[in-house]
Amino acid sequence: MDALKLHYDVDGEDFSAAGEASSNVKKVLRQLGFPQEAIRRTAICMYEGEINVVIHAGGGFADVTVEPERITIVLTDHGPGIPDVEKAMSEGWSTAPTKVRELGFGAGMGLPNMKRYSDEFRIDTTVGVGTTVTMTVNVTQGQ
Amino acid sequence: MLNSVTLDKDRCRGCTTCMKHCPTEAIRVRRGRAHILADRCIDCGNCIRVCPHHAKKALSDPLDVINEFEYSVALPAPTLYGQFRNIDNIEIVHDGLRALGFSDVVEVAAAADRISGLTREMMEKDGLPRPLISSACPAVVRLIKMRFPALVPNISQFMAPVELAALRARSKAVSVTGLPQERIGVFFITPCPAKVSALKEPEGFEKPLVDGVISMNDIYKRLLAVMKKGGEQPKGEAESGMVGVGWARSGGEASALPRTRHLSVDGIENIIKILEDVEDDMLPEVEFLELNACNQGCVGGCLTVENPYVAKTRITHIMSHLPVRNIKPQTGESELMSIDRDLESDEVWRLDEDVSVAMEKYARIAKLTAELPGLDCGSCGAPSCRALAEDVVLGFASEEDCIFRMRERMQYMTGSADADAYLPPPFRKGSVSE
Ligand SMILES: Nc1ncnc2c1ncn2[C@@H]1O[C@H](COP(=O)(O)OP(=O)(O)OP(=O)(O)O)[C@@H](O)[C@H]1O
Ligand code: SF4
Ligand SMILES: [Mg+2]
Repeated sequence: MDALKLHYDVDGEDFSAAGEASSNVKKVLRQLGFPQEAIRRTAICMYEGEINVVIHAGGGFADVTVEPERITIVLTDHGPGIPDVEKAMSEGWSTAPTKVRELGFGAGMGLPNMKRYSDEFRIDTTVGVGTTVTMTVNVTQGQ
Repeated sequence: MLNSVTLDKDRCRGCTTCMKHCPTEAIRVRRGRAHILADRCIDCGNCIRVCPHHAKKALSDPLDVINEFEYSVALPAPTLYGQFRNIDNIEIVHDGLRALGFSDVVEVAAAADRISGLTREMMEKDGLPRPLISSACPAVVRLIKMRFPALVPNISQFMAPVELAALRARSKAVSVTGLPQERIGVFFITPCPAKVSALKEPEGFEKPLVDGVISMNDIYKRLLAVMKKGGEQPKGEAESGMVGVGWARSGGEASALPRTRHLSVDGIENIIKILEDVEDDMLPEVEFLELNACNQGCVGGCLTVENPYVAKTRITHIMSHLPVRNIKPQTGESELMSIDRDLESDEVWRLDEDVSVAMEKYARIAKLTAELPGLDCGSCGAPSCRALAEDVVLGFASEEDCIFRMRERMQYMTGSADADAYLPPPFRKGSVSE
C-alpha cells in the first residue's frame, strides 16, 4: 500500500477533546511500526496544529497522509485567518486571550515548534476566510 | 515472559467483565471462557479485582512452602502493615511473621529507605533522562516496555526495594546460619501478581530472587490470629524509617525527593495518559515520575485485604511513629544496586513487520470497524468493535463473531424479516411498546 489517509474533525467547542486527533495518529503510527522519532515529531506538530485550530479558529479538520517515507499533515479551518504570518511565526508572539493563557497555552511557541519539528512547513491563510497549515515529516529508518 | 494472573476454568462463566476492564486489551472470551493473551498482559490484576465469579487468580505459593527450608526469611511489603487495625509499631507484624514459622524478617521498607537515599543522590546529577521513572511497580515497567518503548531509558536504573531486600536477606541468612544457599528460603509477602512475576523472572538477574511469593490475603487470617495472641509489646526495634514505609502508598516514594519536581500517578488508565504526554515532551518540568498501577499505590494491590483508602490512612498513622532514616549512600553502592534493563521491542502493537503491509492491514481494520455497529457490546468476545476488527484482520477471529453480522446472514439465508427477535432486547431495532 502506498498511502493511508486519515481524516479527523477537530471540534472547536469541546476543549477537553483537543488533542484527540493527534493522540490517535500517534497510536496508528505505532501500530504501523514507524520509527519512534518520526512518531514523536508528527505528534508534536499535529498536537500544536490541532490546538491552534481549536483555540484560534473555532474548529476545523485534520487530514493526515501516511506513506512509508513521509507523513503529511494538513490542518484546515475557516477561522479568522492570520493577518501577519511573519509575526505569528516568531517565538513568543500570541494573541491568545487570558482565559486560554490560564490553561497554560498562549506562549506563542506552537507555530515555531511546528516548523522546527517538521521537514516542510507551509501556511496558506486569508483573513476572514481561514487557514491551512501543511507539514511534512520525513521518515528516516533506523532511528 | 512469565504471567502470574491465571484463570480458574471451572469458575469462569465467560461473562466478559474482565475483558472490558483490561487496560491493555489482553483478554478475549472464547467458548464461554476468558483467555489471557500472555504477550499483552502486564499482570496489573484489574481482572482479579473485577471478576464477579472470582475466577481470576494470581499464581502465588502457599504458606507451607516455608517448611521445605531449614531457615526461612519473610520479606513483608510495606503494604502489609496497613492491613491491620491499631498498629503503631510494625514490629508487632514482624513478631507475628516469626510466630507463623519464619526464622527471620527482612524489611522491604528498610530497603526502600536505601533506594530513596540513592535516588536522592542520583537526582542531583546532570545528564539524567527526564523525567526519571520509578522502577518500583513491575506492572508499570512492563507497560512501558510494551507500549512506550521510547521511555525505557527513563526507567530508574535502581532495583526495586523488594529485590534489594531479597538479596540482603539471603546474604544475611548465609552469614548468620552458615547454611548452604539451598537450605535457606526467602519469601516475599506480596500485594499483587505483578511482583510475583517480577521476582520469579527478575530482569537483570539470572535466577529467581526468592524461593516463593505468598499472597497477602492468603496469609492474612493466620497472621492476624498469631498477632492477637502475641499481646505484649514487641521487644525489637524496626529498621525501617518513615519514608520506606510510605512507599506503600502513592506519593510516598516521591516524597523522599523534596528537592526534585516530582509527580505521582496511580491507576493504570491515568498512567497511560501521563506516559503519552511524557512521550510527546508535554511535561518538561517533571523530573521524577512515581507510577503505581494500583489505585492509591500498593495499598490498592489486588491481593490485599483492606480497602485501599483505609490502608493508606493506617500507613500514614504508622509513619508518624517512625523516625526519618536518611541513609547516605556509600561509594560504589549505586552501581551495586543498579540493574541492566533489556530493551524489549514493541512488536505486540505492530500490525506487520513491513510498513506497507501494516498500512494495508490498518486500512482493512478501519474499514471493518466503520462497518461494525460500534456498540462495543463484547458479545463477539473482543473488548470493542475495533478490537474485533483487528482480530479479524490478523486472523484470530471471524467477522461473523459479531452477532449483528450473524443476524444479517440469518436474514439472508432464511429470508425472515424478524431475525431481530434473535437479538437481546437492547439491540433490537423495532419500536418499543410502553
Ligand atoms: N489556525 C489559526 N487561525 C488563526 N490564527 C492562528 C491560527 N494558528 C495560529 N494563529 C495565530 O498565531 C499566533 C501564534 O500561534 P502559536 O501557535 O505560535 O502560539 P499560541 O497558539 O498563541 O501559543 P502556544 O501555541 O504556545 O500555546 C496565535 O496567537 C494566533 O494569533
Ligand atoms: S502498584 Fe504496587 S501493588 Fe500495584 S501492581 Fe504495582 S507494585 Fe503491585
Ligand atoms: Mg498554538
